[in-house]
Amino acid sequence: MAEDSTTETGPAGRGRRDENIAIIRDLAYSRGHRKIFDGLNLDIPRGRVTAIMGPSGTGKTTLLRLMTGQILPDQGSILMEGRDVCRMRRKELYETRKRIGMLFQNGALLTDINVYENVAFPLREHTRLPERLVRHIVLTKLHAVGLRGAAELMPAELSGGMARRVALARAIAMDPDLILYDEPFVGLDPISMGVIVRLIRRMNDALGLTSVVVSHDVEEISSIADRTYLLSDGKVVASGSPEDLQENCSAVVMQFMNGMADGPVPFHYPAPDYSDQLLRREQE
Amino acid sequence: MRRVLLDTVYAVQEWLETFGASQIFLMRVLAGCPRALLRPGLIVRQVYASGVLSLAIIGISGLFVGMVLALQGYNSLERFGATESLGVVAALALVRELGPVVTALLFAGRAGTALASEIGLMRATDQLSGMEMMAVDPVTRVVVPRFIGGIISMPLLAAIFSAMGILGAWLVGVVLLGVDEGSFWSSMREQVDYKDDVLSGVLKSFVFGIAASLLAVFEGYNSIPTAEGVSRATTRTVVLTALSVLILNFMLTAVLIGEV
Repeated sequence: MAEDSTTETGPAGRGRRDENIAIIRDLAYSRGHRKIFDGLNLDIPRGRVTAIMGPSGTGKTTLLRLMTGQILPDQGSILMEGRDVCRMRRKELYETRKRIGMLFQNGALLTDINVYENVAFPLREHTRLPERLVRHIVLTKLHAVGLRGAAELMPAELSGGMARRVALARAIAMDPDLILYDEPFVGLDPISMGVIVRLIRRMNDALGLTSVVVSHDVEEISSIADRTYLLSDGKVVASGSPEDLQENCSAVVMQFMNGMADGPVPFHYPAPDYSDQLLRREQE
Repeated sequence: MRRVLLDTVYAVQEWLETFGASQIFLMRVLAGCPRALLRPGLIVRQVYASGVLSLAIIGISGLFVGMVLALQGYNSLERFGATESLGVVAALALVRELGPVVTALLFAGRAGTALASEIGLMRATDQLSGMEMMAVDPVTRVVVPRFIGGIISMPLLAAIFSAMGILGAWLVGVVLLGVDEGSFWSSMREQVDYKDDVLSGVLKSFVFGIAASLLAVFEGYNSIPTAEGVSRATTRTVVLTALSVLILNFMLTAVLIGEV
């Protein structure tokens, strides 16, 4: 588990930095009075597909936002290639982000430009490549996700699965080292889901990327992840290969992996006693 | 009583926070201007969106405001036998006051709401976060070109409004009511001063352009990323721009005339 490797990857364990592209230590983050993370420790191994799973509301998307410096934690460190994201100035943060691709839940494509221009967007913003080369790169990336033929379409003309594939092509346009997927399977039909699942694995291996996939789709994520973290109550409650998690006997892990409605994560949102509440209503 | 006091304190605190945030935002926008000016294509596109697409409403409104001005003016001036001054009355009212003010109010309704809702929706659909993640500053890439586009568009639209208004006044005054065409134009040429009247109108429309564009991009950029949040930002844009324009107009007029 990540908690166990804290000392190995701490300040004394500099050798591990090459092995892990990102190291999160003692992360605490609260929203209002609610603690989202409380002493979270987690490593992202280089060149692997790491899955971050957990019930809805455990802060999986928030974790990605913290990792990319979009929000700042209350406490703790997030080392990207050995440098703390939380202490970076804007310019340094932007330089780091150029090496990170992120796939948002809804694709986040720019709606006023077509698919081709969306994929070309980061290239045009950050490079001065000649138009011929930009075209070559864009078509290569679109071909990789199977959408070279959709280059002229507008984002509004794409299905959910296609939009996510275009977003994936855009995320890899700058050849990043790390790519973050935020719930990539939500709302997709089985075919589109299968395509995205295969693309994540294929891209990771073919381009030598490191992938972090935030999801709660146990089956899909288990089929491609090398390492899995299960979050609950602001901490990592289990980690290891998907097989390790399937064999884990912890009540939280079993409830999540087997999709049980009730357990340590209760079915009911905290509420006063049911009969008391009903009777009080009648008395009123 | 305690509750009223607390509510007042919270309201003042919220207002101060918003004011502070708007000042920081203004600094970020101004800091982003030099870089945005290096990409004139983005600004030209926004001048088209804010300016060219507002031409119809500005032109038609200007024409009818001028026509009403001529009717009312003719009715009043006729009592004093001074209908030949209709041209100068219409021109001064349009160039000094109605042109900049009504254009700014129409600009808030047409272009300001479009800017606020577009940027608000970009936030709601993660497009701005997506840009941030691509290491592209959304303030420089999205906000600043729209801000500059608005500032360029406003004086041009105000000029078109005034020109159309004068055309409307000519149509009603000269063509319909029979005011002498020579005195209509000559009185205008003699009495309308380039520096005191035309330039003061241009200055006003420029200031209103800054206020209207800044409020629109600020409200859109800081909107809550929900349907209700975007709707609220759009409404606030119109209300705040209208109030700001009217207050600024009084202050500018007082300074320009120098009699207060």
